[in-house]
Amino acid sequence: MTGRLMIGVDVGGTFTDIFVLDEATGAARVAKVPTSRPDQAAGFLAGIGVQVADLTQVATVVHGTTAGTNALLERKGARIGVITTEGFRDVLEMRRRDRPRTWGLRGNFDPVVPRDLRLEVAERVLADGTIRQPADLDAVRAAGRQLLDRGCAAVAVLFVNAYANPANERAAVTALRAFWPNPHVSASHEILPEIREFERFSTTALNAYLQPEVSGYLGRLEAALRDRGFGGEFLIVQSNGGVMAVDTACRLPVRTALSGPAAGVIAAAHIAQSAGIANVITGDMGGTSFDVALIADGQAALAAQTAIDFGMVVRTPMIEITTIGAGGGSIAWVDRGGLLTIGPESAGSDPGPVAYGRGNDRPTVTDANIVLGRIDPDRPIGGGRLDVAAARAAILAHVGRPLGLGLEAAAEAILRVANSRMAGAIRLVGIERGHDPKGFAFMPFGGGGALHAGALLAETGLAMALIPRYPGVTSAMGCVIADMRQDFVQTVNCLTAAVDTPALSALIERHAAEGTRLLDAAGVAFSARSRLMELDMAYVGQTHTVPVPLETTPTPEAIEAAFAAAYLRAYGRLLPGGVTRILNLRTAVIGHRPKLDLSTLAPDGAGTVTPRTTRKVHVGAWHDAAIHDRLSLPVGARIAGPAVLEQPDTTILVEPGLIAEVDAFGNIRLTREAAP
Amino acid sequence: MSIDPITLAVLAGRMEQIADEMDATLFRSAFNPIIAEAHDASHGLYHAITGETLVQGKSGLPIFVGVMAFAVKAAIDKAARDGDLADGDIYAFNDAHLGGTHLSDMRLVRPFFRGGRVFCWLASVGHWHDMGGAVPGNYNPQATEVFQEAFVLPPVKLVRGGILQQDIVDILLRNTRLPASAQGDLNGQLGALDLGARRLSALLDEYGDETVAAALSALSDRAQALTRAEIAALPDGRWEAEDFLDNDGITDTALRIRVALEIAGDRLRLDFAGTAGATPGPVNISYGTAVACVYVAMKHIFPALPANAGVMRQVEVAIPPRSLLAAEFPAPTGGYTETILRMIDVIFSAMALAAPDRVVANAYGTINALSIAGHRADGRRWVMFSFYGGGHGGTPEGDGLNHGNAPISTATIPPAEILEAAYPVMFRQWALRPGSAGPGRHRGGLGAVYEIEVLEEQAEAFLFGERGRHPPRGVAGGGDAALNRFSYESGSGRLTPPMASKMVGIRLRRGEAVRLETPGGGGYGPPAARDPALVARDVRLGYLSPEAADAAYGAAWREVAA
Repeated sequence: MTGRLMIGVDVGGTFTDIFVLDEATGAARVAKVPTSRPDQAAGFLAGIGVQVADLTQVATVVHGTTAGTNALLERKGARIGVITTEGFRDVLEMRRRDRPRTWGLRGNFDPVVPRDLRLEVAERVLADGTIRQPADLDAVRAAGRQLLDRGCAAVAVLFVNAYANPANERAAVTALRAFWPNPHVSASHEILPEIREFERFSTTALNAYLQPEVSGYLGRLEAALRDRGFGGEFLIVQSNGGVMAVDTACRLPVRTALSGPAAGVIAAAHIAQSAGIANVITGDMGGTSFDVALIADGQAALAAQTAIDFGMVVRTPMIEITTIGAGGGSIAWVDRGGLLTIGPESAGSDPGPVAYGRGNDRPTVTDANIVLGRIDPDRPIGGGRLDVAAARAAILAHVGRPLGLGLEAAAEAILRVANSRMAGAIRLVGIERGHDPKGFAFMPFGGGGALHAGALLAETGLAMALIPRYPGVTSAMGCVIADMRQDFVQTVNCLTAAVDTPALSALIERHAAEGTRLLDAAGVAFSARSRLMELDMAYVGQTHTVPVPLETTPTPEAIEAAFAAAYLRAYGRLLPGGVTRILNLRTAVIGHRPKLDLSTLAPDGAGTVTPRTTRKVHVGAWHDAAIHDRLSLPVGARIAGPAVLEQPDTTILVEPGLIAEVDAFGNIRLTREAAP
Repeated sequence: MSIDPITLAVLAGRMEQIADEMDATLFRSAFNPIIAEAHDASHGLYHAITGETLVQGKSGLPIFVGVMAFAVKAAIDKAARDGDLADGDIYAFNDAHLGGTHLSDMRLVRPFFRGGRVFCWLASVGHWHDMGGAVPGNYNPQATEVFQEAFVLPPVKLVRGGILQQDIVDILLRNTRLPASAQGDLNGQLGALDLGARRLSALLDEYGDETVAAALSALSDRAQALTRAEIAALPDGRWEAEDFLDNDGITDTALRIRVALEIAGDRLRLDFAGTAGATPGPVNISYGTAVACVYVAMKHIFPALPANAGVMRQVEVAIPPRSLLAAEFPAPTGGYTETILRMIDVIFSAMALAAPDRVVANAYGTINALSIAGHRADGRRWVMFSFYGGGHGGTPEGDGLNHGNAPISTATIPPAEILEAAYPVMFRQWALRPGSAGPGRHRGGLGAVYEIEVLEEQAEAFLFGERGRHPPRGVAGGGDAALNRFSYESGSGRLTPPMASKMVGIRLRRGEAVRLETPGGGGYGPPAARDPALVARDVRLGYLSPEAADAAYGAAWREVAA
């Protein structure tokens, strides 16, 4: 029988985080264990074991995974082959004729499929869908056998213009599936029926590259869970912030590229919405980077594609996450022109900041926080003791002396430049896309963000910061919260005036039926179901499109009006008399899962507002700051800065002039003190 | 007023972000793919009096980093002559002899006023799809005057005190084959300038005019200090290099480009004495373009240098008057890209003699502007215009990149499927070109093959390319890459242009195709030093034939392969 526990597991680069929810009582428990390498399954099971002894009690396990991303970054996917249109063997290697860096003309690129495993066959479809030449299926079979003989574990069929007419690709994969010894045969129109051959081929090839690896990993995990008595549903978080069944993940592993970070943003949206805040900019500060995402009206912004690395393009809807190289481990240095610079080089978490004493002697952002007393050197996250003297010496040597600054001024300078870069990322995703900062809250998660929240409010004009009760396990919590979501795309490519609306409606229905089938097959209970339709549209001649929301039974006039509204919102002016075009239809089918009631996470009982101790903390000058145990603060507690709120997974700095308040859900609301 | 180093670091990032955001706005809203996909555009902030570059966006076309200052200076001069500069004015022009590059680039220049005075200038430049002239897309290899290249607009007030002058817009739109595209791009550029002005106002309100002005001046000083440090680290001495353009499209005579690189302490001098004189055909460039091109080469050699005018205070550029590199109105400049690519090649080749670890071998060295145009069955005109890629040079660290974009550009190529959906053509081949890379310890990257068949009754093709007679060079002992090769089908045969890579009015009928085979990059280091295992791998992957491998590297690879 299945039980009543839901478990979210987020496997990150350093830690595996566990969030356990008892659906009957609403009680939540968290755990953090080191990520195991190379097989993440051991840490995954160990983490669950910390909180749950009996897996028969577990109804659902939801996994946010970096297995796919790591396999791409470390080039540890399978040996795969490609069968493609005659004349187009090199598309994956030629990319879109870009280069790794604008300046310097250095750097190279190796595609995941080497040239001798990319075979051509005679076939050709034209842009209007006409079949100029049917696929030579004997050649397809011969190519398939050749790839098998050469040890390929998966094969991708990549035909030009297959988005317009998939017949040739369909015939080719049918011929291959008749003898290919495993399920890893895919065609580009099955993965992404969208115009642009490099993006479609790349997404399909990377998917094939991941299939053996990721399905092996997920299969091992599921088997281990079942061995331990688990009888519930095993779900995987996708880059779009929705979950999918494990068999869908094995078929479409490329959709897990941003699995973990996406889950964090989903949790942030829910935490904020529960707290009555619809507009949020999240900031996840890790060892090497600061990841920012935008949530407007409760919805996380989605991006159409991303490059995992140079030339490794994945096109599938994903939570839009903007990353800059400013994390706790980013190195501060003065360049030859005398400018203080943070990153891009990073000491990461290993060797980490100077104060960790593991061999790095150049100062990091975390070192600056340590020498200014903002991080307690005796109780750092992850345990141990920090070498403050070494951090001081490094800051003086590398920043203080070159700029003629004393220790505190140099450390403050490092933080100011780092904060300014993080504020730039916040402006980039939010304010500069037409949103008013006063209407947004900043939500830091991960270990380091809450130290910088006050400064970022001042820099960006955001009204307040909302710090979740468990900022260090946000992604794991997001796994438990996320809805099930299936995305579909189909290139339509017609003038709006000439759109065949019955055909468009039929396409929507086809997407909806396939989505519904996947939802039904997952065996998950939904509180509601919904679907979203969008058209990618542009004026004729433009190549960049704007997303236009669509009704189920649209008319050309309604589509034109919706385009005008969307275009005006994006660019501020319309093109009078411009002819418009529909490029793609996008459909999302969503199964809404019952939402976690966050008030059950709020502190119960009286708690205490008495500081645990005081410590010297430098913010502009040295202050005697009250040090509180954050998790002991009761609902309604109000702490005026300067103060530091500590908990096992993060440290919150309440700067002078700021007020920290515990809300009914246990979140900390950080706001400016009202002017007297 | 002096400025503290921390505020400076903060403001440097904020101002760069303004320029970046202007770039992004135009890329998203532009109508023609040359801007939207190829990012052939640029934006920045420029000095109130001199027009020098203060801050420039990171994502725009590299060549504009230097050349925009000349465009802004042209507007400043015009305003001084007329004495009527007012808040809310925007100048527009495409005149390449005043603003650099070529007539396809529409420049919008806007004074930014604070407290009744010009605080700085904002500018936007973008490559329009068509500006009239004899050839769709304006790459006319047979032009002998600018008038055969495009409609010429000198700096005029497109916007006067905030009011768009519709008369001027009407003139512009009447002089292009693609008015809807031009109108869309113009709107996008105006939008980018609006946005830049709004962001800059907010920044000045936040930090105060004096602080921002001090930061701008400090950033130039810092760029100069950085440049000084980079140059001082190089050995002193004098090195020369030369290379050739195939021809000017009119007469099939090679045109020499020569440079002498002199390094003395923390100063660097580039003297182009010995370069061919201005020519009748359109491979001339204006003086401003030549200086800007040196800037691009410096940024590639020293990637850490910021994009502002302080860099050039340590660099002296000597351009012989009336040469190919300092042509005067109305000499045609449509093919400016080819000439500046060759300038960059000779600068790299000279620098390779001075400090071989600082540079890479020559890239493919031609943009191959190919347009195919015609009328559809319903009479509508179509123009497919694109630039094509080639190999990058081998580097001190490894082999060159296959199929990259030109060093003066960050342009991506439109997907074949987008081109096939938009125009009546079919690509028979879109592939790497085996054997095109220059051999070396680190070989060059491979060039490409594009073969394009026409699907309508008839069409005309135009090509503006180079490197058909003089291949991209290797450095540090590396070998040369393959030549650019172009051919077209006509009746039963396959023909090549008399000028190698330049031709107008190539008539194609349904089912006939053009074929472009682009050069790879030059090799880095002696071929004999290449690891035979890498040669064997190249043969296995089909990057070069066994015979070509033997010829370039000897037979040692055969043992590894066996």
